[in-house]
Amino acid sequence: MSRFLHRWPGLFAALLVSVIALSGAALSVFPALDRVTVPQAPAGMTVAELAASIQAIHPGLTEIRRSPSGRITAWWVDGDVQGYGHVDPQTGQATASADPDPVERWLTNFHRSLFLDDTGRVITAIGAAMMLVLAVTGAMLVARRVGGFRRWFTPLKGPFSGRLHVELARVAVFALVLSATTALWMTADNFELVTIDLADAGFAEAAEGAQLPLVQMQALVDLPLSDLRNLQMPDPTFAGDTLRLETATGAGHVDPTTGALIGWDEAGFGQQVSETIYMLHTGQGAAVLGLVLGLMALAVPVMAATGALVWLAGQRSRVRISANQPVGKAETILLVGSEGGSTWGFAATLHAALTATGQSVHTAPMSAFAPERYRVAKRIIVLAATYGDGDAPSSANGFLDRLAAMDRVPDAPLAVLGFGDRGYPTYCAYADAVVAAAQSKGWRELLPLDTVDRQSPQDFARWGRALGQALGIDLELVHQPVLPATELLTLISRREYGVEVQAPTVILRFALPEVTAWQRLTGAGFARFAAGDLIGVVPDGSPVTRLYSLASARRDGFVEIVVKKQPGGLCSGQLYALDVGQAVPAFVRHNPGFQPGRGRAPLILIGAGTGIGPLAGFVRGNGRQRPIHLFFGMRHPGSDFLYGDEMRQWQASGHLALLVTAVSRRTQPRYVQDALRAEAAELTRLIGAGARVMVCGGRDMAAGVRQALGDILAPSGLTPATLKAQGRYLEDVY
Amino acid sequence: MKKIFAALVVTSALTMPAVAYAKPVTFTVDMNRYGGDGAYLAFYVTDASGAYAGSLWMAGEKSKYYKHLSGWYRASAGNTAEVDGITGASVGQGKTLAIELDLQDALFDAGYTLHVDASVEDMQDSPREVSIPLTTDGAGQPAAGTVYINSVTYGF
Repeated sequence: MSRFLHRWPGLFAALLVSVIALSGAALSVFPALDRVTVPQAPAGMTVAELAASIQAIHPGLTEIRRSPSGRITAWWVDGDVQGYGHVDPQTGQATASADPDPVERWLTNFHRSLFLDDTGRVITAIGAAMMLVLAVTGAMLVARRVGGFRRWFTPLKGPFSGRLHVELARVAVFALVLSATTALWMTADNFELVTIDLADAGFAEAAEGAQLPLVQMQALVDLPLSDLRNLQMPDPTFAGDTLRLETATGAGHVDPTTGALIGWDEAGFGQQVSETIYMLHTGQGAAVLGLVLGLMALAVPVMAATGALVWLAGQRSRVRISANQPVGKAETILLVGSEGGSTWGFAATLHAALTATGQSVHTAPMSAFAPERYRVAKRIIVLAATYGDGDAPSSANGFLDRLAAMDRVPDAPLAVLGFGDRGYPTYCAYADAVVAAAQSKGWRELLPLDTVDRQSPQDFARWGRALGQALGIDLELVHQPVLPATELLTLISRREYGVEVQAPTVILRFALPEVTAWQRLTGAGFARFAAGDLIGVVPDGSPVTRLYSLASARRDGFVEIVVKKQPGGLCSGQLYALDVGQAVPAFVRHNPGFQPGRGRAPLILIGAGTGIGPLAGFVRGNGRQRPIHLFFGMRHPGSDFLYGDEMRQWQASGHLALLVTAVSRRTQPRYVQDALRAEAAELTRLIGAGARVMVCGGRDMAAGVRQALGDILAPSGLTPATLKAQGRYLEDVY
Repeated sequence: MKKIFAALVVTSALTMPAVAYAKPVTFTVDMNRYGGDGAYLAFYVTDASGAYAGSLWMAGEKSKYYKHLSGWYRASAGNTAEVDGITGASVGQGKTLAIELDLQDALFDAGYTLHVDASVEDMQDSPREVSIPLTTDGAGQPAAGTVYINSVTYGF
């Protein structure tokens, strides 16, 4: 619901809200300019002193006003000549024209009514109301995405436009709520939908007699200039006319014959609230706040644009399922739980591949789960993404409730494939929840739960083979999400390892590709990358991208990866065979979920085989000598001790505090998890001191490490899961 | 120049529905280019002794701003009921307002004076910007304003 209420008013009102916000931002400058340019009155100056000094120059003084910035404006009629100007309170001299600034006037009229008078005021008020709706629904969406309001400022991951949208919103939303609410109040006030009881001095008669000079009128002598709003001189054509006075606290008259304050009406609470609201909206009298609000308003057009981009990207990635069979006639039911739409792409690929093998497939959102209609279904496949803190993605709303309410689960067995990002602590949590619910209901399993990390085509293809096996068919799933632009990387050096231990592995170092000025500006392409980020390589002969962890950062001046030649591996084979001077097309995929982060807390790096790549990159970049403890598993130190020479140098230079290796090819095989157990006391101490754990390598190794650390930490009451939730246990697993 | 024409059949102390002893009088107001937003204008009449006799027309519809028409506000004691049903839109700078009112014959050549107050947001109040004696001979002769109004003319 929030999403619906955020999307449609957002798209509809994007232009309106943007122009209102931009003009508001421009207007916010004026009170601040006023604040610095207005000549300030001497401390303690009274209204009597000011009025007298102006009157000495302009005997026909009719009116004095003081703006919230302290600017004094006076009007007078000297003989037949009307005059007015801004007055320097030090001298009483008019120093500048008091004509309204045409730019400010233009902007004000545009901002509040789009030059359409009351019609325009209604339109801008609708804009403010939409802004309020967008702010509130947006805040709810952000809270959902980060897992609650308490985690409001959690760092974000994901595509740039969506991230920018939320990053700006998280900061600006408070200011936008304030500006929109105050705007609505001001509209209501303008249309007299709310009635504020303003101080009204009404009418008063002066006593008969001669008028006192201004400096002898006690009411004006007692009034500090800083309290003045407006002072009108008596109209000489009206016998018995008074001076009319408005101050910060009320309105009244001054009897010119006695100098006494008469008919005083104190400003009520309503007026004070109303004036405060005007101040909060306009920044008049609160210039700094006004500037802050104006600055925040600048985020609105950016959010409108990025919001539209997010929507467009969702539209574009919206996938048409071709040859979708009627639900009652399909043997395979494919249910999709997608948030941003990317899971639909995988579903379409699966649907097409199954259809090609002669299956009849019905694909539908998980929210359309209706087992009573699956009359001939032989299997049910669920592709489920996760939203935020383990919530259901939008196309899966209500699935778990319906499952929980069922008396009898379908006979057709279930396969669940989770989609997620291992960078998040709640990786595939919704898919987990679906499997757990299905198991508790006794639903038969077709395949155990598997997952696809960051839309990995490899993960998907691997699961596809498992599914094919279960169905007794040959299923090759080739799903290619939209490919970023690639650049050619030219190999400058290669170091081979592990041939002797049947693990031919190579460290490939490529020259940095040329970076355009635009890329440098936007951080796109190879202009910005860090160890732990990924590069995507598309091999000859397959459209499917392979991802490799980067072992170098941009400032190292080269692009380095570690590749193990997989038996029959297309991409790894091509990379392994690459000669110096040859080039491969590649692109950067940032991986913010696997970064050591700033700070001095110790780092515990755990890796085996090619998993050493990013970890070596972190050590190489550790010029600040943060304590790094590296656990590295290999087969044989004489053959596949990747980065062995550098390790010794890094230890000598203080880049690396401790290196523990585990060797598996010897009489007593030792794996990296064994090395961890041997260092249990030290690890407990380090983690107690706030250390961050980073694990890189194969799935089995990662699972073994998780198990080992769980055992090691059990006495201290910590688990890898709690560390993960704190962002202190990061995995990059393949 | 854009003409704003308001044809009026309204009743108050001074205007009469189409009956005997009344005639349509057209007031034409030429506004200056004063560099501000639309002006509020109050048209009201005082008798030979200078006492308030009644209101003819109010340009500007939000009564909370009427106190800035300070001559009218003083004279009518701020009674907005005085202008109920005889208000129109505020008048932009450089524009010409023409209003036709059915006025009693007795208002002319009897010492009555028409006053026009003007006021603009964030600018000064200009009470009695124009004051013209209502006479048959005065018809068609423009009376000059000061701040916001260039001239006011009435004609039969």
